[in-house]
Formats: sequence, structure tokens, C-alpha cells
Amino acid sequence: MRRGSAGREPAGLRTSGAARAGQYLALLAYLVFLALPFLWLLSTAFKPARELGSLHPTWIPEQPTLDNFRQAFDEQPLLQAAANSLIAAVSAALIAVVIATPMAYVMARHRGRLATAATGWVVVSQAFPFVLVIIPLFLVLKNLHLINTLWGLILVYVVWSLPFALWMLAGYVRAVPAELEEAAAVDGAGRVRTLVSVVTPLLAPGIVATALFAFITAWNEFFFALVLLKTPEKQTLPVVLTHFLGAEGVADLGPLAAAAFLATLPSLVLFAFIQRRITGGMTAGAVRG
Amino acid sequence: MTSVTAAKRPGRPGTPGRRVFGDRAAWFLVLPALLPILILSVGPLLYGIGLAFTDAQSGRTRSTQWIGTLNFQDLLHDTLFWDSFRIGLLWAVGVTVPQFLLALGLALLLNQNLRMRWLARALAIIPWAMPEVVVGIMWRLVYNPDAGILNETIRDLGLGDGRDWLTGLATALPAVILVGIWAGMPQTTVALLAGLQNTPHELHEAAALDGAGAWRRFRTVTWPAIKPIALAISALNLIWNFNSFALVYVLTSGGPGGRTRLPMLFAYEEAFRYGQFGYAAAMGCVMVAVVSVLLAFFLVGRLNGGDEER
Repeated sequence: MRRGSAGREPAGLRTSGAARAGQYLALLAYLVFLALPFLWLLSTAFKPARELGSLHPTWIPEQPTLDNFRQAFDEQPLLQAAANSLIAAVSAALIAVVIATPMAYVMARHRGRLATAATGWVVVSQAFPFVLVIIPLFLVLKNLHLINTLWGLILVYVVWSLPFALWMLAGYVRAVPAELEEAAAVDGAGRVRTLVSVVTPLLAPGIVATALFAFITAWNEFFFALVLLKTPEKQTLPVVLTHFLGAEGVADLGPLAAAAFLATLPSLVLFAFIQRRITGGMTAGAVRG
Repeated sequence: MTSVTAAKRPGRPGTPGRRVFGDRAAWFLVLPALLPILILSVGPLLYGIGLAFTDAQSGRTRSTQWIGTLNFQDLLHDTLFWDSFRIGLLWAVGVTVPQFLLALGLALLLNQNLRMRWLARALAIIPWAMPEVVVGIMWRLVYNPDAGILNETIRDLGLGDGRDWLTGLATALPAVILVGIWAGMPQTTVALLAGLQNTPHELHEAAALDGAGAWRRFRTVTWPAIKPIALAISALNLIWNFNSFALVYVLTSGGPGGRTRLPMLFAYEEAFRYGQFGYAAAMGCVMVAVVSVLLAFFLVGRLNGGDEER
């Protein structure tokens, strides 16, 4: 960056040609670093077994094939696992949002110890010690006969996704002008009426974004699922994926890559969809707290 | 009801419309989330601390005994645990620091008016949205000694035959650290970028007009503006990394010879492979103590940051 007059550029100052070139070079390096592993996953997923066995692997499959996908479904109960993941993630996201919205409202609007404590808990829970929680949680769920059930997992996911859900939702509540609520109160609407018919509709986009984020979090989660789900027909997608790795790390690379790619698609698509809201929510939280 | 509670809390005037409702309504609204939190996270947390002082084991017939600090005494002499603890710290710092520097670089680039910005933003979604298990699998494909692209590139460049990165005693930890850096870079970048975009543009221009060079402008204008966010995200990253599990579980399962056995992997094995619930809980307590120190650092950083903002 060189010194320059007030630029018309939206961000940054006017830069010299050499500096610009350096910037593009750096950006290119980042793009390569970010993209290559993923492209290699794709490449592997579409390669026939013969090419995967080759000692000189290539970036682009010479004879792309869908065999790996077929084989992946033959080797592991992927459909069942996807169904389990879907049930767990959807239920957890819906429950989390339904119970988080009122609490987020309190965090954003209420002034008092309760709101402070809730906000403090959200911050502390970011550092939540899984080790210390998982063993007692395992014992509690065992006593409730919820080990190896999706319900047990859903309960854990709900609580696990609450901190970030509360964080995001509280941000969205703050964005709703309090005057609207006062106006509703003046018009004679009760507290519940105001919440349901004035605040909630304005929050709807934020609630949807939060629910999608909770869904992605649960869809991707591994540790709790590994501990709580024992039998293959109950396990979620990330756990079933590790079965492809085999005992000694010997893996059937093609089907492994194919299954891994498929497992990523839903969260990738949804995330692309809500990315701006997430980053907005996250940074708002990080700045304000 | 509302007005009564509001009247009880004077001293914060000037926020009309803020105190829309009273404590009783607040409790009512908080309850649906509070109960699951208490039952499924605060409760187990306390239970877990209690377990650390017992000889609880899985699948045992006789009842669990209170054994005081025996687990902690054993832990003190457990060299395997302290090895994993050291590896955990190495890993956490080894991921967080380079990741922060790389993310800062990318954020500064993305804050410029460059053409491929949208592509970088789009690509940054991939590591962020991917399940950690898939990130691990993907990098195993990259690191694969025969069919992986890393060794093939090394061979193509004439730098030798490459090696088995994830099973080499010397290379395993650096190899998993690189994956950790890759996986968490987007979040860090986005957080820093948001900080950069909150920096008033005029300050930069004023500094430039005063003749400040790029480094000086960064030090005097950019860095002070993003410092609170930088501290917060770094402390959180340290904590998250110290507690991480899935990535390394998939990449190396802690091998070779425990060289990548993070504390979480160790505690997991102790609890769910060997059934030593009490002992693993004690490990958890020690880890929590460490994390609490980091958290304190985070909170202090945040409070200081908050003061600077105002």
C-alpha cells in the first residue's frame, strides 16, 4: 500500500501497481490453500478404482464414474444414517429455536440480574468442557434409558446449540425497535399478544437463520453422537463415515470420498444460504457481548 | 406488576422502552430454555466434578466409592496424561497463532477492493460448513502416502518421494496442526474482517495524508480498532482448539505412539474404552481449570476492549 489521496474505493486506499500485484498474488495463494483439499476430495470421489490405485494420481479423473457413490451406499447404511442425522438435526433445531426465542427476548430487553446471568452463561458456555459433561451426561441418559436413542442425542443437541442460538436471536431482538412494542402496549395489546403478533413476525428471518445454523451444527456434530449412539442403525452420518476408515486406517478411498462429499452437501448449501446472517450475528456478538 | 418491579430498580434512567417488563415475566420467558440448561449442562457439570472424587467405572456391580483426591494424585503422576496435556497446548497454540496471522492477512486482503474477493468469500464457506469428520477424511486423502496429492506434488517437483505424513513420529503433529489451521481460518477471518469494516475510513486517509506508511497505519489505526475482536477470537480459538476432538480422532486417532493424542482423545479413551469414569472426570476437571484461565483472559480482554470502544 502506498500513500495516496482520498480514494473512491469503498475500502482501503489507492495502491500502486506493484502492491496491487502482490495483493493478487497473496489472494491467489489463499484461494489455492482454501480450495485444493476440497477439489481433491471431489476428484477422488469421481475416480474409478483403477485410477485410485495408480501411483501417479491426477487432479482430473480420466474416466469419471459414479461407482464410488454406488459402492458407498452398498458398504455402509448411508440412507439410514442420513435419515437419523436429519431427524436429530431438524428436531434439535426446532426445539432449540422455540425455547431460545423467549429467553433471547429477555436477554435483549430485560434489565436485571436474570438477563445479565443469562448473557454471562452464554459467554461461559462457549468454553464448555465437553469431557466433564459427557461422562455424567452419559450416566444420566443411561438411567433415563436414552442411550442409543435419537431422543437422547436430540436433548443434548438442543442444549448444545442454545448458547449460539441465544446469542444470535438476542442480536435480532435488539434490532427490533422497542417503540413498536410500546405502541402495541398503548394500543392495549397484552404482553403475550405483543410478543406473538408484533415481535415474532419481525424476528422471523432471524429465527429461520438461527434454526438453520442449529441444524447445521447438529448435522455436523460427531463427539456426542459417537459416545451416545452404539448400534449402526441408530448412528448419524458423521459416525457412520468413520466406519469407512476401517480398523488400521486402511480405507476404500473412492467410496470414502464419495460418502464424505455427500454428507457435506446439505450443510454447505444451507450455509451458503445463511452465511451473511451468521457472520453478522457472530460478529455483532463478538463486538458487543 | 411491570411498573412495580420497574420502580424497584431505579438508577438506570435514560433508556426509555428498555424496561418493558418485570422480573416475573422474565422468569416465565426464560424457563423453557433454563430448565434444559440446568438439567443437561449445569447439572452434569456439577455431577462430573463430583465423579472426579469417586472410583466410578462402567459396567461394575459393586457401588461407587468416594475416594477423595486419589484420582488427582494419580493424575499428577500419570506421564501419559501430561504428555497429552503438553500436546494439547502445543496443538492449541500451534493452530491458533498461525491461523490468526493467516486470517488477518486474508481479512486485510478482503478489505481491499480486489476482483476475486467474492471467490475467496465463497471458498471460505467450505471449511466452515464442513463436518469436522469430513475435513479429517478430506485431508487424509490429501496426505495419503500413495494416492494423495501432497506426495504426488512433491514427486512432481522433484523433492523426493514424499512420506507418510500422518504416521511419521516427527510429521504427525505438524500435519494435523495444518489441518486445524485450515479448518478454523474462515471464522477467524470473518471476525477480523468485521472489525476492519467497523474502522472509520477517514482515520486511514488522515494517517495517509500525514505521511504514515502502510505498517505505521496498520499499527496506529487498524490494529487498535480490531484489537478487542482479535483478542476475543484468539482466546476463544485457544479454548476451542484445546478442547477439540473430532478432527484429530479422524486424522490419526491420537497416533503415532500418542504423538497427536490431545487431552480430549485421552479422556475419551479412558472413559469410554477403559470405562474409568472417575479418572476421566478428574482429567476433565484439570482441563476445565486450564480453560477457565483462558476464559478469564478472554473476559478481561473483552472488558478492556469494551472500554476502548466507548
